[in-house]
Amino acid sequence: MNEILEKLLEAVEFGKVDQKSPYPPQLRGLDGALELTVKAIETGIEPQQILESALVPAMDRVGKKFSENKIFVPQMLMSARAMGASMLQLKPFFTSGEIKTKGTFIIGTVKGDLHDIGKNLVAMMVEGAGWTVVDLGVDVPSARYIEAVNNNPGAVVALSALLTTTMVNMGEIVSDIKANLPSTKVFIGGAPVNNDFCQKIGADFYAPDPQGVVEHLSKLAS
Amino acid sequence: MLCKQGKLEIYAVHPGNEFLTKTLKYNTMKYKSLIINNPEDLMFGIAPKPVKTRRGLEIGGGQVYAELNFTLPIMSINDSTLPQVYEHYREIAEGALERALDLNSKGVVLELETLLEMTKTPQIGIEIVKIMNEICEKYYQKHGLASEIRLTPNDLREFERPAKQRTSQYLEPMMELFEKGMIAGGDLLSIESTGGKEVSDDALMNCDIKTIVFALAVLGVRDMQFLWKKIVSLANQHGKIAAGDSACGFANTAMVLAEKKYIPRVFAALVRIISVVRSIVAMEEGAVGPDKDCGYEGPFLKAITGIPISMEGKTAACAHLSPIGNIASACCDLWSNESVQNIKLLSGMAPTAYMEQLEYDARLMNQALIAGTVPSHILQQLLVASDVYTDPQALILSPENVIRISKELIKGDSYVANARNGALAAIDIIEEALASGKMKLSEMETSYLPLLREDLESIPDNESEFIEMMLPVLDQSKFIMAEYGL
Repeated sequence: MNEILEKLLEAVEFGKVDQKSPYPPQLRGLDGALELTVKAIETGIEPQQILESALVPAMDRVGKKFSENKIFVPQMLMSARAMGASMLQLKPFFTSGEIKTKGTFIIGTVKGDLHDIGKNLVAMMVEGAGWTVVDLGVDVPSARYIEAVNNNPGAVVALSALLTTTMVNMGEIVSDIKANLPSTKVFIGGAPVNNDFCQKIGADFYAPDPQGVVEHLSKLAS
Repeated sequence: MLCKQGKLEIYAVHPGNEFLTKTLKYNTMKYKSLIINNPEDLMFGIAPKPVKTRRGLEIGGGQVYAELNFTLPIMSINDSTLPQVYEHYREIAEGALERALDLNSKGVVLELETLLEMTKTPQIGIEIVKIMNEICEKYYQKHGLASEIRLTPNDLREFERPAKQRTSQYLEPMMELFEKGMIAGGDLLSIESTGGKEVSDDALMNCDIKTIVFALAVLGVRDMQFLWKKIVSLANQHGKIAAGDSACGFANTAMVLAEKKYIPRVFAALVRIISVVRSIVAMEEGAVGPDKDCGYEGPFLKAITGIPISMEGKTAACAHLSPIGNIASACCDLWSNESVQNIKLLSGMAPTAYMEQLEYDARLMNQALIAGTVPSHILQQLLVASDVYTDPQALILSPENVIRISKELIKGDSYVANARNGALAAIDIIEEALASGKMKLSEMETSYLPLLREDLESIPDNESEFIEMMLPVLDQSKFIMAEYGL
């Protein structure tokens, strides 16, 4: 692989945002994701290659390390920040259509529920896997999911809930989405739900952790 | 720019910088000494300032009582399901008290922690309190079984982002539920208030200890002062008991995240310590305990203020996992289960089954107390020793460490300085346990200790200096300064 892309992959994997960033200690003083992305663009590397050869594999490694309990969330967030710094440099290429993401992923915590820690982790990992993420926030009713899918045809939708009294709202939202947009794939997740519940309410996929979502999305995209 | 005069910090004020004048009256912690100085005096069932209740419980007066907490099974709460909702709570209270009676219980606390809909529409919560109180009264009159209801409205204000802690439309229904609910029979008043949570949630995920101090010791403290003035005033007006608050949304979130291996356990232990300076504000405003079950900061509150506390440990596995199953009971006055759904188990309904578990635990502790000081301490030592070196969150809860850390938590003047001092003491204790070989932690965990120490040591004593340090690095779109009186 190109040396700049290798360094960029390492910077994102270990959360080196820019040259000034003191984290991680072993990369102190070296170029971060920001500078390396600029260099890669200036060198003439295709933006799509920057995304697919450096950023996505880096976040894939991060997701796997997290799944294997080898890193904590803060390290994962640092990697996400490094990726964000890189993506900012790539933004014009997304806007022009020169870079294509794997698809659009719409996520929100269902109405009546405000818990968003799990949802945010999933959003971050999915974005890192090369998807465009539309985060609807918390306390999201059916209408907002449907509106978001209408604005992003073909998007995958994910519903999150933490409470036993709000998970029941997932059923209603899934029904509403399926009634209006039957081909839309709906994922669910959150502490009180499981695969049985997923099947019972007619959702398409349940994942117990962010990496599970990423892996299933990869299957959908391939 | 800033000058300090005597114990009460007085600041020169920048022209036009209003918040410096407003911080003046709130930045000094009231407690300057411990009520319990000796670890041996930090004992289950015994609190220096016991709380007597309407039906005759003396919480902290020499015995441990069970505190049962429960919730609905998976269901919606709406007009059509309300009769079932009420029936669930009737069934829970009836089943729990019948079982307590069969087990010769000396007394019980039932906690009603309301769900969103029950607080948004206070009439629902009030009706549930009425139903439960009728059953409590029936068992009291007919069988002499004393029970009380702890009423814990959920903090609706977190439904607005950024939170409007002081001007929220949700304050009115919350306070209505407090007032009418206590009149309906909710004698012990609690809340898991959420001031500062909009800042702490991200800080938890980033292991950002300085922002945690800001969220709890600056924002949390101010919100607690605002809220608990109101709760204490209402309680006094109606002859009820302002019990206490829990930093559940902060420190228990940290504990659960650590249990999921999302964040380091050493960090979660420090968040617990920092939460003390926030939760103690309820007592400063006049709350008398028993502090709430999920507030694992309770032992520190008991040591500093002498109030009785409720705790939960292995019996709370129905709601969340924890590394402190036994040690949590070392100095509890009420022993709780956090929350269990009203679902059918092989033995019966789950709340009834948990009532039995809590009663047996309480019975054992009470038998030790009856047997005398030595047996009580032996039981306590076993509860402590079985957990203490398995996790830093357990380590900080041993009576010796609670007293040692509590001394640091009152040493300074400001909440910020005390939070920092307490957390640094906890790091010392963790490092000593590691150095002695008694506790083992992975490198993933220990690598955070020097970083956390460095961050904590950079926090100044002076609250205003700390606020000035933090404001440029905080995302100020996430919280409204004025809603905290800043």
